[in-house]
Amino acid sequence: MSFLSCAEMLTYAHEQGCSLAQAVLRSDLAESRLTEADSRAEMRRLWQVMQATSRDYDPDRRSRSGLVGGDAAKVERAAAAGQLLGGEYLSAVTAEALKTAECNACMKRIVAAPTAGSCGVLPAVLLPLARMGEADDDAICDALYVAAGFGQVIAARATLAGAEGGCQAEVGAASAMAAAALCYLKGGTPASCASAAAMALGNLLGLVCDPVAGLVEVPCVKRNVVGAVNAVACANMALSGIDSAIPCDEVIDAMGRVGLQLSPDLRETGAGGLAATPTGRAIARRLASEAGGV
Amino acid sequence: MRLFDVLGPVMIGPSSSHTAGAARIGRTARQLLGEAPMRADIGLYGSFATTGRGHGTDRAIVAGLLDMKPDDPRLPDSFALAEEAGMEFVIHSVELRAAHPNTAVLTLEGKRRKLSLTAASVGGGRIRVTSIDGVSADFGGDANTLIIHNEDTPGCIAEVTRALAARRINIASMQVFRSAPGGEAVMVLECDSHIPADLEPQLGAVSGIHKVTCLNVDDTP
Repeated sequence: MSFLSCAEMLTYAHEQGCSLAQAVLRSDLAESRLTEADSRAEMRRLWQVMQATSRDYDPDRRSRSGLVGGDAAKVERAAAAGQLLGGEYLSAVTAEALKTAECNACMKRIVAAPTAGSCGVLPAVLLPLARMGEADDDAICDALYVAAGFGQVIAARATLAGAEGGCQAEVGAASAMAAAALCYLKGGTPASCASAAAMALGNLLGLVCDPVAGLVEVPCVKRNVVGAVNAVACANMALSGIDSAIPCDEVIDAMGRVGLQLSPDLRETGAGGLAATPTGRAIARRLASEAGGV
Repeated sequence: MRLFDVLGPVMIGPSSSHTAGAARIGRTARQLLGEAPMRADIGLYGSFATTGRGHGTDRAIVAGLLDMKPDDPRLPDSFALAEEAGMEFVIHSVELRAAHPNTAVLTLEGKRRKLSLTAASVGGGRIRVTSIDGVSADFGGDANTLIIHNEDTPGCIAEVTRALAARRINIASMQVFRSAPGGEAVMVLECDSHIPADLEPQLGAVSGIHKVTCLNVDDTP
């Protein structure tokens, strides 16, 4: 049975004397009827797909609407030319978040993590660490278990669907998962992983889901960058010993409540926010006339 | 939610509901037909109709009908592949009453069989089949499933459960539906183990049973 609270997850790890990654893995085995070896092989496969998506990125590819594509290559070019702020890691995180999210919009293969719309966040923070030799495949897979554990608690207590909770439930959740994964990779305690997740989700509370023309393109692709960069900042705060004033479970509950308070216009209907701006509406009209219906 | 539903599925973008779920609807329909469709009429309702093209819902359903899984990289090229495979298809929008916003209505014709099916993509790539050959149903297509069309007469259910019991096949869930008393009925049985191929002719020979359909998801993990 997966954990229904972060507190329960941390208590289990403490009482069993195991890591957070092991706690999450064990909690899933009984439910999924997988062996530990099967589960680890599946996690390794997900990590391989994340790597392959980034490797196969084609900067010339555009989404069917023409709104998305090529931006990750721009970041890599500007970073190589020394034009960007924030150092090598942050440039790589930005580029990788765009790469995977662009691939999703362009009908390439991705890992929903936790959703397709937020698929860029976790690979964005992990791929550069692997490439820089700071984490091997086993360490990354363990961090992915930690990410999944926090994701399961968010799913149990709130939601992971933009249609139910807005973007905070997708990119917000992905950011919390990524913050916990990063904190774990850098040797943070279970409590600091929970703090990292709490701060990341708390920072994105209220983020609305307002896709232009109803497509997973604008603003979804760029929000993956925000989720990834926020995860790095929150992991850094947690690793510095900063505690989230509000415990992770309470932040998750608040996210669920805020989701219910959001107008349906701001929950994946494409009727509010950026989708309802004059330019957003004009794009939607143009695409509808090009499509000529279904 | 299970761990590999939170991380995963591996899928072709951009949307778990509009792309991955749509591909699963197509593939489940093909599995239920039991052969490659030669002709397919694809009706899209609600959000599938209004944003389906931008999400590749149309291509995903056709890919599924060609037996592709939601993570098949050929999915975006399914229209051309359908032509190569000799599968004709038409896609149009449909009006339904009180349906899930992501619903597709498929009418398929193969060499031997025909099938009509209504299914909804309910989130995270999961689906529910809500009607089959005009009779209400409710199953996810993610377990081994036996579907029986029969006359609404006493004894049909007993024949089916006796045949399963004789082969030590455990029933995980069972639902029965009918169009009207004494009319066309449908039984949907989700089973814990593989449904053997010879069960189909055996049950098909039973008086009152019109059609037997097996969906073995363990054939194609």
